[in-house]
Amino acid sequence: MAELKYIEGYPEYMYKLMQKVHKTRQKRKDYIPKPMSMKEQKEVLNLHPDYAPGGKRKISIGQNKGDIAPDPVVDLLEAYPLIESKEIDISSADYNVDVLVIGGGLAGTTAAIWANNEGIPKDRILLVNKLRHGDANSIMAEGGTQAADREVDSLKRHYIDTMGGGHFTNKPDVLRGLIEDAPFIIHWLHELGAIIDKDENGNFVEKWGGGTSIRRLHSCKDYTGLEEFRVIRDEFRSREIGCIEHYPVIELLTDGKNRVTGAVLYNLETGEYKIVQATATILATGGFGRLHIRGFPTTNHYGATADGVVLAYRAGAKLRDTDTVQYHPTGAAYPIQIVGYLLTEKLRSSGAQPVNVDGESFVFPLEPRDVEASAIIRECYIRNKGIKTPTGLRGVWLDTPMIEEKNGKGYIEKAFPGMNRMFSRYDIDMKKNPVLVFPTLHYQNGGVETDPWGHTTIDGLWVAGEVSGGVHGKNRLMGNSTLDTMVYGRRSGISAAEWVKSGKKQGKLTLKHQKRYVEMLKGAGIKPERRSPILLPEYRGKKALARMIDVF
Amino acid sequence: MPNKGKSSTKKKLDLKKIMDRIAEASKQVVSGVEEEKVENWVTIHVMGRAYEVPADLTILTAMEYAGYKFIRGVGCRQGFCGACSTLYRKKGEYKLQTGMACQTRVEDGMFLVQIPFTPAEKPSYDINDLNYDVNVLFRYYPELARCVSCNTCTKACPQDLEVMDYVQAAIKGNFEELAEESFDCIQCGLCAIRCPSEIVQYNVAQLGRRLYGRYDSPEPEHLKKRLEEIKEGKFDEEMEKVTKHSRKELEQMYAERKREEE
Repeated sequence: MAELKYIEGYPEYMYKLMQKVHKTRQKRKDYIPKPMSMKEQKEVLNLHPDYAPGGKRKISIGQNKGDIAPDPVVDLLEAYPLIESKEIDISSADYNVDVLVIGGGLAGTTAAIWANNEGIPKDRILLVNKLRHGDANSIMAEGGTQAADREVDSLKRHYIDTMGGGHFTNKPDVLRGLIEDAPFIIHWLHELGAIIDKDENGNFVEKWGGGTSIRRLHSCKDYTGLEEFRVIRDEFRSREIGCIEHYPVIELLTDGKNRVTGAVLYNLETGEYKIVQATATILATGGFGRLHIRGFPTTNHYGATADGVVLAYRAGAKLRDTDTVQYHPTGAAYPIQIVGYLLTEKLRSSGAQPVNVDGESFVFPLEPRDVEASAIIRECYIRNKGIKTPTGLRGVWLDTPMIEEKNGKGYIEKAFPGMNRMFSRYDIDMKKNPVLVFPTLHYQNGGVETDPWGHTTIDGLWVAGEVSGGVHGKNRLMGNSTLDTMVYGRRSGISAAEWVKSGKKQGKLTLKHQKRYVEMLKGAGIKPERRSPILLPEYRGKKALARMIDVF
Repeated sequence: MPNKGKSSTKKKLDLKKIMDRIAEASKQVVSGVEEEKVENWVTIHVMGRAYEVPADLTILTAMEYAGYKFIRGVGCRQGFCGACSTLYRKKGEYKLQTGMACQTRVEDGMFLVQIPFTPAEKPSYDINDLNYDVNVLFRYYPELARCVSCNTCTKACPQDLEVMDYVQAAIKGNFEELAEESFDCIQCGLCAIRCPSEIVQYNVAQLGRRLYGRYDSPEPEHLKKRLEEIKEGKFDEEMEKVTKHSRKELEQMYAERKREEE
């Protein structure tokens, strides 16, 4: 292949194609396609990776036997544990606590703080992290947090928007909790000192989100999750609550019946295991982006490998909505170094439009995410109006210069410093030129079923955040995930603390549930070829892996 | 959800094929490079040892290509979490450079080491008990006064923040400038590692931003009002009712929503 000539960060041929976007901008400024009718939405959703044939199958064992889930998720559920009971000594605990929180993103950290607020002493709470405290999807959330706190808005409206976005499959009482607590969460963040965007009158700047009928999105530039998390982690650290890092949980412990009583931790660096005995356990391990479902790149952090779902399922908890996966409509499609990275929906709510190779705006920019993503796939693979990158990916333009066309010069640097910085590292000026986008694997819509206090179907176990299922139904709306982490982090922390304070004694530590699960695996004829949780994805080069030997 | 039973078998086959084509196109990103397709190679030196790696990788993906399985020095992989701080020097250059491994492309002759952890003091405080006052910053971080304005912190910042400027703003008690200039900080620790005065810039900024966020402008009235309404139970009946609606009723309400004016 001849050496490519680059202009303003793009190969010459892409740069030439891009001129159509510039030419049509003025025309598109006042012409925005209408939102799709529900019929049109249904039609285009056939192209969504969840609904297109292949890539999924029925779960063959356990509580959710017969439910559909993506192949990589079923692979992990139908896998053998990392440890066998005879290999480890669980007769005494290395840590003994009232509340064990597994996972240190926004949900877990919020849970620990609220358990502490409810009277559980700092040294009776333990937060364990697979990686560092904060290596989580939370910190990468860009766009914002929804809360119906404007006078023209209402809780009911937030509820209806979210229900519709979730195709009316959300669990009503759990969704109600999310909506009703939302304004309080914004208040709590403000009290902690989070810097939320305000206008000149001191009111919050509230933005559109895909699928919402009103502006409801609170943001902190395009570093919303980072700002929320920094503040909450600083509060957590100020309280000196127990915290250990690089210690993933590889199995939950139960009393052999229907109660979680602790966990087995694994020191990623030394290989040593530790036993935690806990009266209450809160699982806040996040989602599964790093499973690369249907071969998609992902916006998720390195540790998003579905550990929590696997652990809870093995302990006997029920899952729901395992069949749906959220693909964010606008992942970066060029350059190769950032493929799959998140380009926040807030870009579209600030005026950026998806545009095809002919310079046409082909979809309303703020459809619910599954609809928007499907429309982009249709444009690229059915209508053949995408743009092909040098590495063979297809994408459509996201006309970012339109943002300044609508909001004035200097707006991008002020509102999107993170995006702007990311592209400038690759010599692309998103203020001047559009960027190329294609859907990317973003969010685990379903997960462990809960009640409105985050409690699962087994005693002693709560879940919060992305690992849970029900609140978002089959498709989450923008700005409801950071909200979910804090609402249900707080609710599970309070509920777990109340349970402890009600005088619950600690339970016996056993791996009986695991033994039962292994028997089910054998009964279903599943061979011991896979083990889970996988903890981390595999990205080592094939050449290097082929020659690896284990000496120590 | 999409219409069921409408698509013909032929169409189903096509859609499966499209999914496979998408997966095929993303293969390089998802499951690693295929050597035969790589045209340009560079040599990097990880803690002194040389590895030949594809030229279009980042430090992070290049080290993985070379066989490293990260358990430290990696987090979000997208420039937000600050886990993969890296120091490097290029052969023949005097300059010691910094970057996030996930955000920095490999270059030929790079000698690099990761700094996955920064030993740093983080004092305990209760934001409710603090004054909105520069003395608070000096109480918790007295070493602030040792800043010699050498600008090494600014040069070290992988986010290109004006770190020294925000430290100076902190010293002067200019909370607004401190908050604004430090807002994009990912707390990677590189400034603190390089600082000759042993200031932990990012923790100072964290305290400063919390004070600014909490005390500089009051909570908006519209939020206060909404909280009051919720407390009074103004929406209880309505919410109770809406959670009982059938799917059909909800669908109708959803379809009839009136979009707020742009």
